[in-house]
Amino acid sequence: MADNTKIVLEAKGITKQFPGVLANDNVNFNLREGEVHALLGENGAGKSTLMNILYGLYKADGGEVIVNGQPISLHSPKDAIVHGIGMVHQHFMLIPVFSVTENIMLGSETDHRKNPTEAPLAKLDREEVSRLVQALSDKYGFNIDPSSLVGDLPVGVQQRVEIVKALYRHASILILDEPTAVLTPQEADDLFNIIRELKKQGVSIIFITHKLREVLAIADRITVMRGGKVVGSAIPSESDEHQLATMMVGREVILKVDKEPAKPTDVVLSVKNLRVLDQRDLVAIKDLSLEVKAGEILGVAGVQGNGQTELAEALTGLRKIESGTVTLSGEDVTHSTPRHITNTGLAHIPEDRQKHGLVLGYTVADNMILCDYFKFPFSQNAMLQQKAIDVNARKLIEDFDVRTPSPYVSASKLSGGNQQKVIVARELSRQVDLVIASQPTRGLDVGSIEYIHNQIVKMRDRGVAVLVISAELDEILALSDRIAVMYRGEVVAVVESKTVSKEQLGLWMAGGKPD
Amino acid sequence: MDWKRFSFIAFIIAILFGTVVLVGYTSEPWILIVGSMMATTIAVATPLTLGALSGVFCERSGVVNIGIEGMMLASAFFGWLGSIYMNTIFGFGAMPSLLVGVLIAILTGGLFALLHAALSITYKVDQIIGGTVINILAVGITGFLNRQLFFDKNSIFQGNVPHAPGVLPVIVIPVKQGIEWICSLTGGTEGCYVTANAFGKVFEQKPIAIFAVIFVFVANYVIFNTRWGLRMRAVGEHPKAADTVGINVIRTRYLNVVIGGFFAGLAGAYFTLESVPSFEPLMTNGRGFISLAAMIFGNWTPIGAWAASLVFGASQALQINLQFFRTSIPPEWSFFQNSYAVGQIPYILTMIILTGIIGKTSAPAADGQPYEK
Repeated sequence: MADNTKIVLEAKGITKQFPGVLANDNVNFNLREGEVHALLGENGAGKSTLMNILYGLYKADGGEVIVNGQPISLHSPKDAIVHGIGMVHQHFMLIPVFSVTENIMLGSETDHRKNPTEAPLAKLDREEVSRLVQALSDKYGFNIDPSSLVGDLPVGVQQRVEIVKALYRHASILILDEPTAVLTPQEADDLFNIIRELKKQGVSIIFITHKLREVLAIADRITVMRGGKVVGSAIPSESDEHQLATMMVGREVILKVDKEPAKPTDVVLSVKNLRVLDQRDLVAIKDLSLEVKAGEILGVAGVQGNGQTELAEALTGLRKIESGTVTLSGEDVTHSTPRHITNTGLAHIPEDRQKHGLVLGYTVADNMILCDYFKFPFSQNAMLQQKAIDVNARKLIEDFDVRTPSPYVSASKLSGGNQQKVIVARELSRQVDLVIASQPTRGLDVGSIEYIHNQIVKMRDRGVAVLVISAELDEILALSDRIAVMYRGEVVAVVESKTVSKEQLGLWMAGGKPD
Repeated sequence: MDWKRFSFIAFIIAILFGTVVLVGYTSEPWILIVGSMMATTIAVATPLTLGALSGVFCERSGVVNIGIEGMMLASAFFGWLGSIYMNTIFGFGAMPSLLVGVLIAILTGGLFALLHAALSITYKVDQIIGGTVINILAVGITGFLNRQLFFDKNSIFQGNVPHAPGVLPVIVIPVKQGIEWICSLTGGTEGCYVTANAFGKVFEQKPIAIFAVIFVFVANYVIFNTRWGLRMRAVGEHPKAADTVGINVIRTRYLNVVIGGFFAGLAGAYFTLESVPSFEPLMTNGRGFISLAAMIFGNWTPIGAWAASLVFGASQALQINLQFFRTSIPPEWSFFQNSYAVGQIPYILTMIILTGIIGKTSAPAADGQPYEK
């Protein structure tokens, strides 16, 4: 992209103060016509804040926004829309019970008419708008049915609805906030094709992400943010993942997990002929057997929805086991309660950290004793011992590098990465024989991923058995000593991770049988 | 609304109507009984219908309103008081007094709704507590003023309950004449004229009852086919999404809650200005809560809520119409005449409906949640 292309959007000296955090500190940013400008940074670096300011959702404390050479004032998203700025939020701003058409026309109900009206009782021209949506969808090859309910659509399609929503409002500047966070790799590829198509049509795109590979694949220019400031910029052709990661985190980052060969000893977890039903009483796991030894990491790979969730729930006592046995450290825990299994020596990092890992309304300190609150020293004579809880919290916050203003803020106030660290701290600080980690780094930034991976490897080196369940093949390959591949509720292959290629694993995950 | 729910409603109404016909068919033609039941059902369902509409407007925009009961009670009192003031103190005629009374009732509902809106939208008070506050406030204010004005020797009415200007008159929609005309054209059997008589009754209603039915269809159109409705539903489902396309969430919620209050106010007017010309403490007697049940059973749609209101109306109509045939009821069934026995039917139905046996309903996703950016 030539440097002399017109600048369509410019943010000058944007500053935004939130209680306790300077989210944007004199940020400068610009976007040229028809380019994809990636904004890279860890969670909490201030990317989303900046974009919300550009979109009129937040009001900046200082600085100005210039569109096509004209300074504009942004009081609400309406102002941004008028100036051709559209945004696709990380959590979609779509109403599941509305049709695609209704979602798109919302807020611009009569704008397709020759004489748009502000009359509150203006009739909805569903058919007319539906035709326009169809036309837009066809133009970009989006393949959207305007009459379907948004809640019935797959996530990837919902995202396209969001993009059409912006294009329908004549957006020429499109902000995509972490667009790939919710997509499968296949859907992400589709999105990249869409982005290239949009670019061809002259749309300028701001692409927010913390995934390095994506940035290098799609961006024309890269700006890196850290701690509310712009810390550098780069051109993909002249940079690499390592350099970007260092810029983003502010120190050297080891992207590969550094670990010694495993020294497995006794079998800690033994699962035999397990059969489990899912929510709808359909068979989720049939006749599954596996073993995890002390001092090794067994990775469970598989496309989501092949029984991994149910496996984790069954092993931790959260889901009823129909038949088969689960033995933990020599004790049969097939039908034990979650508390009994936890006390027998299990640490569980659940898949959904907000729903099952934390009590979001509790303080960080209280979340850190959820497994042991009823034991000495946290409880004596049925009374919680605040002193012991405080000491424990401060020690774990220190040891596990949890970034929190105090042990007594509620867990909901922390960023995703720090929430996960609270869980990891609680679970891995206990005396256990087995760790079950489901999707331990989903949605986390590079720094947190590196940290959590190292903690998991540390557990292994202390002689703990580790079962990692992840949909990210890279994570499985990086962490595991052995890999079990799940397909339709069965383990179709168990291999040494050193001897297997990513392609081979992908084949098994798709249902191909090993020879 | 799905067919399952509509057929349940039709089934219950058929049973209720059938019961009265069974008791009374020896003394009156069955079609007259049915006509009379229909007429009473629509009339007594009026406060429920309006209350349910009130709930639909509040909750579709994301504000839970359990204060409808209190809004109705307060509106019933102040509407009545207004009409008496106009009539007795200022000396206006009965009709203008009644109309001013209705207007005051509507405004009272709107004012209480504004209080609820401020509590739940601006101050983010728990909406169940906010609604409870309104219910208790209404009981307190109406009870206190009722005592002060009508039982205190020093009051403006010298401690007497003044003569009320009466109730709103019946408006006859000439359906009876229409059918009779057809009868006369086709030779005019006696059965034809009885039918005309029966259906004529259904269309002889008082104004608030008529407007309630009109409002059901108007509201249904507004909610599902206009910009207003789309935005209101968006705000109740996903306020942030509405915000990102430039809709003022706070304003939308305020307006819809106040409109809901107007409906509750009109429902209140029904009690003292259309049904009976007097006020008694607690006279709304749980109708506000039943209308919430009707709203839920109607899946937050005006037409569904109306249909559900008619079920409750029909059970009340059963109680009223059975009075006419008291002598036909065998002695061993006489407990059935007891208004306490039949009077329970609406409440039992409410409980059955709320268990969700007759199909699950789905509330607006952001119902009851204050909006924070």
